[in-house]
Amino acid sequence: MDRILDVKDLAIDFATFAGPVHAIRHVNFHLDKGETLAIVGESGSGKSVTMRTVMGLLANNASITSGEVLLEGDDILKKSEKEMSAMRGNDVAMIFQDPMTSLDPTMTIGKQVAEPLLLHNDISKKAALKEAVRTLELVGINDAESRLNDYPHQFSGGQRQRIVIAIAIINHPKILIADEPTTALDVTIQAQIIHLLKDLQTKIDTAIIFITHDLGVVAGIADRVEVMYAGKIIEYGDVDEVFYNPQHPYTWGLLEAMPTLETKRSRLFAIPGTPPDLLDPPKGDAFAPRNPFAMQIDTEQEPPFFQVSPTHFAATWLLHPDAPKVDVPDEIKRRWGIWAAKHPAKEAD
Amino acid sequence: MVKYVLKRIGFLILTLFLVASITFFLMKLLPGTPFNNPKIPADQIAQLKAQYGLDKPVWQQYLVYILGVAHGDFGTSYQFTGQTVSYLISSRVGPSLQLGAQAMVVGTLLGILLGAVAAIRKNTWVDSVATIFAIIGRSIPNFVFAALLQYFVAYKWGLAPVALWEDGFSSSVLPTLALAMAPLANTARFMRTEMVDVLSSDYIELARSKGDSKWQVVARHALRNSMIPIVTIIGPMAVDLMVGSMVVENIFAIPGIGEQFVKSITTNDYPVIMGLTVMYCFMLTVVILIVDILYGFIDPRIRLSGEAN
Repeated sequence: MDRILDVKDLAIDFATFAGPVHAIRHVNFHLDKGETLAIVGESGSGKSVTMRTVMGLLANNASITSGEVLLEGDDILKKSEKEMSAMRGNDVAMIFQDPMTSLDPTMTIGKQVAEPLLLHNDISKKAALKEAVRTLELVGINDAESRLNDYPHQFSGGQRQRIVIAIAIINHPKILIADEPTTALDVTIQAQIIHLLKDLQTKIDTAIIFITHDLGVVAGIADRVEVMYAGKIIEYGDVDEVFYNPQHPYTWGLLEAMPTLETKRSRLFAIPGTPPDLLDPPKGDAFAPRNPFAMQIDTEQEPPFFQVSPTHFAATWLLHPDAPKVDVPDEIKRRWGIWAAKHPAKEAD
Repeated sequence: MVKYVLKRIGFLILTLFLVASITFFLMKLLPGTPFNNPKIPADQIAQLKAQYGLDKPVWQQYLVYILGVAHGDFGTSYQFTGQTVSYLISSRVGPSLQLGAQAMVVGTLLGILLGAVAAIRKNTWVDSVATIFAIIGRSIPNFVFAALLQYFVAYKWGLAPVALWEDGFSSSVLPTLALAMAPLANTARFMRTEMVDVLSSDYIELARSKGDSKWQVVARHALRNSMIPIVTIIGPMAVDLMVGSMVVENIFAIPGIGEQFVKSITTNDYPVIMGLTVMYCFMLTVVILIVDILYGFIDPRIRLSGEAN
């Protein structure tokens, strides 16, 4: 497979009055052509910061302390601001979380959708507007031609998110970063937008990075999943592996917190405690203080990645050959059961 | 849109009528008469009063006056015998209007520029200098600026006339600058606050993610959106300018309308006070009407709700 994006050993600090906050702590991941990668994690885990690095849109107080971000082999961290502007909206495009606030309220949508085309191509205004109509129809805005001169407030939330998507895809980017694109929408619209993104992916042949904290959405769209916690990736693998054969206690907690049709308890599960303070990250496994399965070593030494399968890795000491067998939560047992039924041969070893 | 403007003009006439009526009765409550000079014999005062209709009951005077105004007749001045109010005002309104308009344009344009630059260079020395400048402009009264400009620019360096209204445009430069300081400072402060807000908004980040450079984002998206609240303060700033011009016109000895206003109040020159009040009121309501229409051009959300009414 063609590797389109390769992030290596990325570390980012944010300067604050209290000192540097280590928001991203040595993250590695890659993206292949045409695939969909989901990055999940709770607020503050660093998923959006990582993606803003790929866009080159980090806040002023952020500094990249190590690593490289290779876009088709070129390190974008070494590019000038001008080169980055030429890349943004052309090679890499982004869909934002809240469609109600991400469109310019005083500009017609025709101009807004055509803008990336005019910025990156030598094309007449008329031709750009024509392409804007075509793209708007592609994302499901009916009668787009007559609506080019309308303003954002004349569209519903779902329609606006479709317009935001049209802006992102009009230059057929190689990578489409969707930063929680369904969080601000109601559930029926969410399903439509997910369906639209899947549909567009095959039509314009783009790779998608999907940032979310909603595991239900991930199951419907992703090929691979990465779980982030406290500025690190702690487990990654194919979507089935992470959903049905999870190994990290934090992933267990996330999956337990997601109600399914089998959920019988009256009170929904929540992971106890709060994420660690990244001004002074803990020495061992950052999740240890909230982890009911934590061992002595978790507080002393950071766990390395243990291989579960060629595509599935998790950073937890529980996978160490010397680790004791733990009694996993019922929900995880159920999932492991489904996994075992699907992969009887592997489980037999 | 046409219907909306017509409706607003209707309200404008109603406002003028109310202001004229209220001012008329307030003025009658002022102590003294236009003929306060103790040297004038009592029978002559009675004669003068009869001549100007001041011996009649107040409600009759009011009816006569309002009917006159409705026909465009604002009466004649008591102070300058034989001169109609309309003539007095029209012969002196020119310099005032010119100064006011120039100060407004210079103040808002420079203010927008200063505020925008401060916002883009937030928390740098540029921002600090702009902020200090705005605080100075806001807190020092315009007559101080007028005096300083007069002393340094005109008297010491001889770059512009010291006073009077005799050298055309160059006579207007210093009073315009003195008057423009307050709107400039006000606009800069509002612009900076709003632009900082706008620059951190989602649609600016989206514009950046499209590939707009920092300056393209400002020119295409941030400037227009930041200007919406500036339109709001244009009305109050126009009032400030009208009041401010009275003092500044005095300092530069400009034969404007502000100077006339002050003089007519001290001499109880009823028709002139009335005429000037109605005129100020008219200018203010027109400014507000223009501002409301301008809103629609800058913010499409307001334009459309106006049409729906």
